[in-house]
Amino acid sequence: MRIVFKTDYDQDIRLFRHGGAVCWYGCLGAALLLAPWFLGEYWLSQIAFVCVYGMAGIGLMLLSGYAGQISLGHAAFFAAGAYTETLLLAQGWPFPLTLVAAGLLAGAVGVAIGLPALRLSGIYLAIATLAFAFIVEEVLARWESVTNGNNGLNVPLARLGPVALDPNGRLFYYVALCAVTLLMLAAANLLRSPTGRAFVAIRDSEIAAQSLGVNLAWYKTVAFAVSAAFTGVAGAFYAHKLQFISPEAFTIVLSIELLVMVVVGGLGSLHGAIYGAIFIIVLPELIGVAKDYLPAGVAGQPGLKSLLFGLSVIGFMLFEPLGLHGRWRKIQLYFQLFPLYRRATFKRQRSYLRTERLR
Amino acid sequence: MGIEAAQFTQQVVSGIAIGSVYALVALGFVLIYKATEVVNFAQGELLMLGAFLAYTLIVLLGLNFWLGGLLAVVLTAAFGFFLERTVVRPIVGQPVFAIVMVTIGIGFVARSVVTMIPPWGVDTHVIQTPFSNRTLSVAGVVLSQDHVAVVVLTVILCLGLFGFFRYTTLGVAMQATSQNQLAAYYVGIPVKRVFSLIWAISAGVAAFAGVLLAPVAFVHANMGFIGIKAFPAAVLGGFGSIPGAVVGGVIIGVVEALAGFYLAEGFKDVAAYIVLLLVLLLRPQGLFGATARKKV
Repeated sequence: MRIVFKTDYDQDIRLFRHGGAVCWYGCLGAALLLAPWFLGEYWLSQIAFVCVYGMAGIGLMLLSGYAGQISLGHAAFFAAGAYTETLLLAQGWPFPLTLVAAGLLAGAVGVAIGLPALRLSGIYLAIATLAFAFIVEEVLARWESVTNGNNGLNVPLARLGPVALDPNGRLFYYVALCAVTLLMLAAANLLRSPTGRAFVAIRDSEIAAQSLGVNLAWYKTVAFAVSAAFTGVAGAFYAHKLQFISPEAFTIVLSIELLVMVVVGGLGSLHGAIYGAIFIIVLPELIGVAKDYLPAGVAGQPGLKSLLFGLSVIGFMLFEPLGLHGRWRKIQLYFQLFPLYRRATFKRQRSYLRTERLR
Repeated sequence: MGIEAAQFTQQVVSGIAIGSVYALVALGFVLIYKATEVVNFAQGELLMLGAFLAYTLIVLLGLNFWLGGLLAVVLTAAFGFFLERTVVRPIVGQPVFAIVMVTIGIGFVARSVVTMIPPWGVDTHVIQTPFSNRTLSVAGVVLSQDHVAVVVLTVILCLGLFGFFRYTTLGVAMQATSQNQLAAYYVGIPVKRVFSLIWAISAGVAAFAGVLLAPVAFVHANMGFIGIKAFPAAVLGGFGSIPGAVVGGVIIGVVEALAGFYLAEGFKDVAAYIVLLLVLLLRPQGLFGATARKKV
């Protein structure tokens, strides 16, 4: 077991807790950089997808996992990013600039929904974001002069200087990897700043945060804006991956998929966003593999994916509310403390809103 | 009566009919929310399940419409009871997030299981009722009997529920539970069983809405998405108010019908959500809700 002695206040907010962490992240980075030489095009493309979903996951994690605001409307920000990217590229803007614009525009949309959301909390917020996402979807379908309605738009190839980025190619993989790493670092940095601390304070108790002088309205808006901007960048990459976008790609199902991602990954950890993204990508793969072994009546069902989706959400919420990251932490702790591990370490506290508990 | 006015009346009546379905689903939300502080995102799926059960009993097994509908409601209510006992109860007292996610998960599972059951599948089905394809003509306004039946049955159900909550011991116990769980527990109300029963009633109401909706719309796996439209209804009425949910549902239905008729294409689908956002912006406590400050 590694015991980190704290000899400096700065140690509390360092990005890496100790040298071992630097080493492991370095190994992961090296493996990902070298991956194109070992993996086929298909797997490379899947990892790029994980990166794309991971970006959105980081965004939603900031909002839901850290600031504690539920959003059932992240598909709207995703769509804002994807459409901005497509339209600006078609206008002839250079590629990295369109990404920034996609992020900024989605962020602005985030502020637009964040402003009314200031007065709402909990379930009302979830419903308001849901309503907002429906309205955005309808606008995309009806604003035909710009979005081409339900016929959708073809996404032009992105170009880095003279080189075109093939969405299944090596270069696109590196660009996506680079982007997700940058966003991850940005999120980690944000979280160790006063802003990030304010997010966590709001999540844990709005009243306590307010009493400590946290401006709820301001920080909730910031949380929405940042989260939407991250999701917008993810949407831009998503547009490139799909090469064709239409309003059907950005429905409530996508919003829920994103939410499932952060829940399964583990709320309240940036790692969880990536684990969740891996889960989302790997689940259909696993179903594909399992189909060969299942009886034909079950394997051919189109609803299999959403069934497993639903079951995993219920299962995680009931038995592993901290998600995949929580499971990993428990395993880690078990070995660190070897004979002394106590299950109660991670016990959830129940809270009752109006009354005390019954038992 | 002029043609304009007749058209207007027809739109309003069909709006009230669809609004009644929204109202019933919203009623289910509110019942559960008031009592257990759980928001059930799977209410629409319970409606879908009720409609499919009714389809099976009435069309596939050839039962009488009334008997089949009643059985479907009872079966769905039993399912609601079971659901509360197995999935929802362990999550009571957890953060809102957990509860929202679990009920969304239930919705996912219900939708995909329905598509996997052989006679149900992904196709759309129709239930013939005693009122199908008949019209009623009142003062020059032609009304579909289906729509009128929906409204009348909704009114009857609401009166029945009102009587139940007002005059029966169980109903009063449920009211007590939703006002203060601990106090209810102290006076000897089995709070946990009451929770299960409230879920059962709520699921039954949803199934009733499903049976009513089945002849007007179609029975298919995604019909549960109508449940999402019931959120605006519930919020408009003030989330914790039962009469509010009913009034809100009817208003949303009428607004939607009129928006579909008078405004450009596309407004029909979002009208409910625009109303919702406006209500949240201007009057977050809804029409019937009481303003309450959160206490520490």
